[in-house]
Amino acid sequence: MAKGNVIKEPLVRVVKRDTRSTAKTYKFVLIRVAAVILALIVDALFIFFITGLNPISVYTTMFKGTFDFEYGSTLFTAKFLTTVRDMALLLGIAVALAPAFKMRFWNIGAEGQVLMGALATACVMQYGVKYVSGPVLMIIMFVMAVIAGAVWGILPAIFKAKWKTNETLFTLMMNYIAINIISFATNVWRGKKSTLGTINSISREGWFPKILNQDFTLGIIMVFALVVLVFIYLKYSKHGYEISVVGESENTAKYAGINIKKVIIRTMAISGAICGLCGFMVVAGKDHTVSTGSAGGYGFTAIIVAWMAKFNTFFMMLIAFLIAFLEHGASEIHSTYAVINDYAADIISAVILFFLIGCEFFINYRLVFRSGRKKEA
Amino acid sequence: MPNGLDFRFEKRCRYLEENYAVELKNVTKIFGKVVANDSVSLGIRHSEILSILGENGSGKTTLMNMIAGIYFPDAGQIFVEGKEVSIRSPKDAIELKIGMIHQHFKLVDVFTAAENIALGLEGEKYNLKTVAKRIKEICEKYGFDIDPYQKVYNMTVSQKQTLEIIKVLYRGANILILDEPTAVLTPLETERLFGIIRNMRDDGKSVIIITHKLNEVLAVSDRVAILRKGKYVGTVDTKDATELSLTEMMVGQKVSLNIARKEPVNPQERLIVNNLTCLDSAGVKVLDKVSFTAFGGEILGIAGISGCGQKELLEAIAGLKKTAPGSSVEYIDPGDNIKKQLIGKNPRQIKDYGIALSFVPEDRLGMGLVGSMGMTGNMMLRSYNNGHSFFAARKEPRDLAVKVKNELSVMTPSIDTPVSKLSGGNVQKVLVGREIASSPTVLMTAYAVRGLDINTSYTIYNLLSEEKDNGVAVIYVGEDLDVLLELCDRILVLCGGRVNGIVDARTATKEEIGLLMTNLKEGGNR
Repeated sequence: MAKGNVIKEPLVRVVKRDTRSTAKTYKFVLIRVAAVILALIVDALFIFFITGLNPISVYTTMFKGTFDFEYGSTLFTAKFLTTVRDMALLLGIAVALAPAFKMRFWNIGAEGQVLMGALATACVMQYGVKYVSGPVLMIIMFVMAVIAGAVWGILPAIFKAKWKTNETLFTLMMNYIAINIISFATNVWRGKKSTLGTINSISREGWFPKILNQDFTLGIIMVFALVVLVFIYLKYSKHGYEISVVGESENTAKYAGINIKKVIIRTMAISGAICGLCGFMVVAGKDHTVSTGSAGGYGFTAIIVAWMAKFNTFFMMLIAFLIAFLEHGASEIHSTYAVINDYAADIISAVILFFLIGCEFFINYRLVFRSGRKKEA
Repeated sequence: MPNGLDFRFEKRCRYLEENYAVELKNVTKIFGKVVANDSVSLGIRHSEILSILGENGSGKTTLMNMIAGIYFPDAGQIFVEGKEVSIRSPKDAIELKIGMIHQHFKLVDVFTAAENIALGLEGEKYNLKTVAKRIKEICEKYGFDIDPYQKVYNMTVSQKQTLEIIKVLYRGANILILDEPTAVLTPLETERLFGIIRNMRDDGKSVIIITHKLNEVLAVSDRVAILRKGKYVGTVDTKDATELSLTEMMVGQKVSLNIARKEPVNPQERLIVNNLTCLDSAGVKVLDKVSFTAFGGEILGIAGISGCGQKELLEAIAGLKKTAPGSSVEYIDPGDNIKKQLIGKNPRQIKDYGIALSFVPEDRLGMGLVGSMGMTGNMMLRSYNNGHSFFAARKEPRDLAVKVKNELSVMTPSIDTPVSKLSGGNVQKVLVGREIASSPTVLMTAYAVRGLDINTSYTIYNLLSEEKDNGVAVIYVGEDLDVLLELCDRILVLCGGRVNGIVDARTATKEEIGLLMTNLKEGGNR
């Protein structure tokens, strides 16, 4: 029988924020600032109680991982430029993911696409140097890397378009195929040597020219150009419009006469191609060799960057810089303090990232606490 | 047709007459501004099959959901076995021995029949063997046929329904509510279900069937309760009812709406549909050899119980749905009278072919519009690909968005506010505004005024009438018969995917259309 039941109001209710009101932008900024402050407090407790160090000096060291003014008076110190280099790579891959993610095609395979681009670049660098040199070699490296990345991106797209396979699993598994192809190729190349070593280390053929005394400056310029190009592509081109419609609803896309299969394949070709381009930059501008670690996990970290920036390529710059900054800060404190090993350093930077991602919840939702018990009428 | 009930049973009925199994008194339910049930009073006797009859949106399911604990009434009382109760959840309902079998089955696909029934059983040890044994007992008692160890994903729709009924009986229900139980069944399966329902009645259970199929009402039920637009119309004994009398109660008196309607001026053949056949994913014909002609300068109404092929018909014409071989949709260009075949073309190709075909689909935000984009982005949906530039033009759609906003007085903070944030009426204005803006020669609308308030509805009627006066062939799929009769020039009635008749809207009566909607002429349910 039905009881005279009293419905208890829960202690805390989660209520979705009205995102229509744009007037509260300052609130969202406040939430993010609060998140950083909270993260620093939690980190301070961790540093103080676990390592016994002064949190302030640890933070200062962390800051110096990127902004180290002791070396010279300009901002462009070696440390700063290395941070920017890593940021640029991360940003490049995140930018590559933007078109796919905007289409709700969850491309988890950036790592593999970058690796394939890197492999193609290294391949041309190693063997093409016998036939061509200088800018011609560079262009061939570039083209091959873009093609290799695009192929790695198109494969899952074709399967998704034709047979509706799950792109998340498909792209993820393609990463492991790429990794194994690289270990196979490098094992064959190195022959009896213990490692592959730097390619063309004496002639520096196929290397980026030094600009501002840095190897990678050309890569940084390319990435910033990409940020602008992809932004324009997504926002103003017909293709970009199609991507948004397909991402929103396939039914609407069909209604508008959009060829969904074509859009999926084309967009993944672009996504993969940009990833391949990032692979080219890694080999030609940074490592001058290839290994299974060439992408360094950036293919995965870039997913966080793209998501946190809500696929806006300009916000991605900020997020990518933040992550690169944290990464370098962590390695800086690890190398400065004996008591902080790299795990502890990772924890410190991860806490900050965790709070920043976690605060997204409070940006989308607010908590309503129980005001008092109400009896059901 | 019902057979004369046997004398003994009639006596028992009379004995229990004063004592209703469930009784509703002045039950009201309001959703937002819509009154779904308006002070409905109704009783269900013991050992009885009661049909709840009504058109789409007449509040049948809402009313039953309140007995089953899905909704809670805003006003009114519910009595079970003479005692007032408050049913707050399906669990309360089952404690009162009330069980509902919903239109969409609530089963776990990867579980077996027995596991699905054991799921959520309280106060009983989890033992599949005893569950299976009791399933067998129930099956024998009522004439079901089911294997307790069969997985649900291997079952036919009919078997899943059987399982849902057994689930409810297993939990001891004496009052069973079946929501459109025959909608998914073949005629043979329907017959078998009716046999089981009769067995349950003879066992003393009260069975309520929600339906809008007249022949089934007459075949199986003892009494029929009729709802119209949320209001209770009355209850009649099935033996005293005929299809015509029930239709009259269901559709009611004609209401005058004062929609301005002119005589069609010089109607010309615009769209000739011939033998249009469509199959659904299961291979069942959802459209069966549909043939008709739509004229420029007239509004052709399409009536029918929901799910009789209206959606498929419009989508097939618009190039969104695959058609079976032999189908033909010919478009006659008003400019040069050249016939053009639309079958086999997608919407883009139809447009490139120079055919201005506009379509306001039923699913506004899921098909007609992009919810996350503003009005400008949505105005681009049909035209973004115009021209050879790599970039999509922004200025024209923006101007159009401003024009639609002003002319149809769309209430939106800005033309860049995502349309999913707008109210239903404004969403529809954006969609209709865009479709009319492309100066179409054929304009198809599906349930164009569903969920809209009176004023917005009239705005839409006037827009459609204007288009008709401009010589456009308007096809209006609707559910309100009063509107269809006053707005349209001719009305095509679909029943089970077939054309069951085309009537003149100026002379036809509601009863005539109601009968065409519910009774397929050539016999059979499909």
